[in-house]
Amino acid sequence: MSPKSLFDQAGAQFLSREDAKALTDKILAFSKADETRVNVRSGWQGNTRFAGGQVTTSGNGSNTVVTVQSTIGRKRASATTNVLDTDSLRRTVELAERLAKLSPDDPELMPELGPQSYPEIKNYFDSTANLTPEQGAATAHKAIQTAEGVWKESKGSGDLFMAGFLDADASAAVVATSRGLFAYHRSSNVRMSNTARTPDATGSGWAAANARDFAMIDPVFLGRRAAMKAALSRSPVAVEPGLYTVVLEPAAAAQLVGQIGGALNARAAEEGRNAFSQRGGGTKLGQKLFDDRVSFYSDPSDPDILGDPFDGGGFPGSRHVWIEGGVLKELQYDRFWAQKKGVAPTTGGGGGRFGGGGGFGFGGGVRMVGGTKSLDDLIAGTTRGILCTHFFYTNVLDPRSMMLTGLTRDGTFLIEQGKIVRPVKNFRFNQSIMQMLNNIEEIGKSDRAESGSPAPPMRVRDFTFASLSDAV
Amino acid sequence: MSTNRRDFVRAGAAAAAGALLLPRGLGAQPAKRLIATPTEIFEGEIALEALNAARDAGAQYADARVGRYRRQALNTRERQITSVSDAESYGIGVRALVDGSWGFASTATMTKDAVVQCARTAVRLARAARTTQRRPVELAPVAPVKGTWITPIVKDPIEVPIEEKVALLFATNEAALKVPKIRFCTSGLQLLREVKTLATTEGTLITQTFIRSEASFSATAAGDGLVETFSEELPPRSEGWEYIESLDMPAHAAEWAQVAVEKLSARTVDAGRYDLILQPTNLWLTIHESIGHPTELDRAMGFEANFAGTSFVSPPEKMINKLKYGPSLMNIQGDRTQEHSVGLCAWDDEGVPADKWLIIDKGMFKEYQTTREQAAWVSKLSGTKRSHGCSYADSWDTVQFQRMPNVSLLPAEKDVTLNDIVAATDRGVMIRNRGSWSIDHQRYNFSFSGQAFYEVKGGKVVGMLKDVAYQANTPVFWNSMDMIGGKSSYWLGGTFSDGKGEPPQSNSISHGCPPARFRNVNIVNTGRAV
Repeated sequence: MSPKSLFDQAGAQFLSREDAKALTDKILAFSKADETRVNVRSGWQGNTRFAGGQVTTSGNGSNTVVTVQSTIGRKRASATTNVLDTDSLRRTVELAERLAKLSPDDPELMPELGPQSYPEIKNYFDSTANLTPEQGAATAHKAIQTAEGVWKESKGSGDLFMAGFLDADASAAVVATSRGLFAYHRSSNVRMSNTARTPDATGSGWAAANARDFAMIDPVFLGRRAAMKAALSRSPVAVEPGLYTVVLEPAAAAQLVGQIGGALNARAAEEGRNAFSQRGGGTKLGQKLFDDRVSFYSDPSDPDILGDPFDGGGFPGSRHVWIEGGVLKELQYDRFWAQKKGVAPTTGGGGGRFGGGGGFGFGGGVRMVGGTKSLDDLIAGTTRGILCTHFFYTNVLDPRSMMLTGLTRDGTFLIEQGKIVRPVKNFRFNQSIMQMLNNIEEIGKSDRAESGSPAPPMRVRDFTFASLSDAV
Repeated sequence: MSTNRRDFVRAGAAAAAGALLLPRGLGAQPAKRLIATPTEIFEGEIALEALNAARDAGAQYADARVGRYRRQALNTRERQITSVSDAESYGIGVRALVDGSWGFASTATMTKDAVVQCARTAVRLARAARTTQRRPVELAPVAPVKGTWITPIVKDPIEVPIEEKVALLFATNEAALKVPKIRFCTSGLQLLREVKTLATTEGTLITQTFIRSEASFSATAAGDGLVETFSEELPPRSEGWEYIESLDMPAHAAEWAQVAVEKLSARTVDAGRYDLILQPTNLWLTIHESIGHPTELDRAMGFEANFAGTSFVSPPEKMINKLKYGPSLMNIQGDRTQEHSVGLCAWDDEGVPADKWLIIDKGMFKEYQTTREQAAWVSKLSGTKRSHGCSYADSWDTVQFQRMPNVSLLPAEKDVTLNDIVAATDRGVMIRNRGSWSIDHQRYNFSFSGQAFYEVKGGKVVGMLKDVAYQANTPVFWNSMDMIGGKSSYWLGGTFSDGKGEPPQSNSISHGCPPARFRNVNIVNTGRAV
């Protein structure tokens, strides 16, 4: 296989299945270890960034990265390179083996996997992989022009400031082991977001979309939505911080409930280190923790998730219902912890993760099950509340109650009697997600939000806004 | 001025002969000589191919950056290794300016054909961007430079045998696990060696070798149904293995672990207003978020509006020499020449010499962080026509843009100590190390926690607190600073992973500061029973 031919044109360039097989066979043949795993990520990415109504930077590049993980006895280590000539590949294998020999025994080491069967998932689209520089600039331009048109229609004076980003990638993920596993999967991703700011610097609006297929990205819709939010959010008034009913748009909801995925790690829960730990020992498995309507699952085959069929270890992705009807039904066991506890593993992983991360290695997170109502229905059903477009700089204050802090951004509005009545200044929130999921008034129709983890819009009572922010 | 093949070969030969070009500010600690290897001469030549191809395709300016990166990471918990990895990454990125618009392309295939194609793609991207242009890019002048530089170190950390590294981490964990009630601990090392060659169509050809080292440690204690973790603040440095040795982690691990045990009996804080004493291990991050980011000129001009956000330090004409950021004892310095800092370099990624300047002088905002493209935007206001040298890309496959230099709070002339500050405080909370952090997209409203919290009463530390975070407004907070420590209390924190830009890039920066006191700051209680 000659990598040279891969990089001589603009557009998607990555290893074919045949080239990937030849490459991993070649690497495995260099191996002298007891077990070897080769991971290859070969891909292209192209992006267009804009600000002040013009493209500021744009980039395009390809790379193929090979990671060799060698196991000798119970010792294991890995080495990575993107230099694909024979000498370098051989050196990388030797380095991994040398590092492994020098490493102490890993008591949690699990053998590499042999052949597996995987779900068929189509999440690769030529429309994304072949995105050209000209299409990138034209897409940005469409969003900018649309937004500026909306601003002029709203009789706004001065120039609307438009900034945004379009980012596409197409790649192949490859896993091969000395136990005969060879897995190859290609996927593509495209994301677009844009922010409109009014010339008086008192209004800001944001809109974003992500998809596997570039044809699903609508820059006109995104430009219009950002501009409308910016125009509506001008000259916000200060509302006293405190407990409010909030309507969370799907992007805002995803930022909060997405934390659930990170807390599902069984080992961290059993070791008393996360929100699903029982005080005094054990976990909250089987307990009713949330409102009846709260359910979470992960499923790489879900059309709104379209994850990858396997993780980095070659472990197959499958459907798991973590929370159903408010009850914690399942925790996430990696192969080691599952074996130790005598349960079936739900994820790959070579050992326990101390930090308690969820480690969903399938290119998709957990999905919160939605209802049937639209965002507009949720707003219409609100007597008094705050509409949140999305949040910024959300961080954990206390992992055991999933207490988060963060700020509202780019479109925060007061709702009265079912209508948006005025823009309000941004808030900092301090809110426990464990408590929030017990304070749900309504759950709307799920949407593939910016993060790629679909989430529904929600109306939630007693949401804690702790202070005001002057940020626009 | 353009560069031809002969210049490149000559530069390589000069490097081989040990020629060195040191920018100002680095005289105190001479850098080691670097011998140009055949690889480096090859990289110079391939960069030249890229520049010629970009020019032939129509670029008026181009730069080519070859990166060879080696990153080693080891992580352990208790008596086992959780990961050992060693990664190399190699490739070239070409940035082209066509009629005032940028394009950037990269490739990992280091052949003439591939880099020529890569340069043409960069030009094609620039032409596509040109169709949307409203204000053409203008670059501030910089003198072309040729030379090499290497981080001053004693011992290359990558070359230290892995056994020695593992033994150090295990000895650290063992010491921590001997402390009663300690149930878990983690430790780790991150070691980097990055060789970067930059060539420009203006005639610059430089090769820099960056070496950086970082260690980490945390311990978790359990008792009475409670679990508490303490992470020690072990900052990254532009130093070799000698830095990791100087931390003497095995000797300190028990003392660090003991803090986790002490946290088990800490009293939950009563929310309210207190005088806040921040140790440098906590304050560095507050400086980073509330001063470092808002004084980035691209943020102030809206270039980050769609992601990291804008800045309250805007518009420049209402800020430069007008914004009273803090009290007169507040001097904030931007500095890429600071010894051992992880932002240390000889030149930035546009070939601009490393700079040192006051961002805030006696509380007054003076200057933003700038690149060549940005300098002209504010030169009439600030009086500075040149770039402050803040251009950086985290890899050969990412485009350089404005990144933060080291941004530090200078210590007081008088040698005030942390003890002096505590002794002068009647009712306060003192915070050690960084915890959770969050700040809004214009950098007004922030929330910071820590790792260990102490109640101060009548000039004395009287006990430990928990569930503490301070939440404040940036200008109000900095203007409430009334005491800062002197030179002996100055400490250099930092991180390898400051994120900014789309696609996100990671920057290494240090922030130095003494301890400081802030009056009447809002402290919230972060604990919730669920």
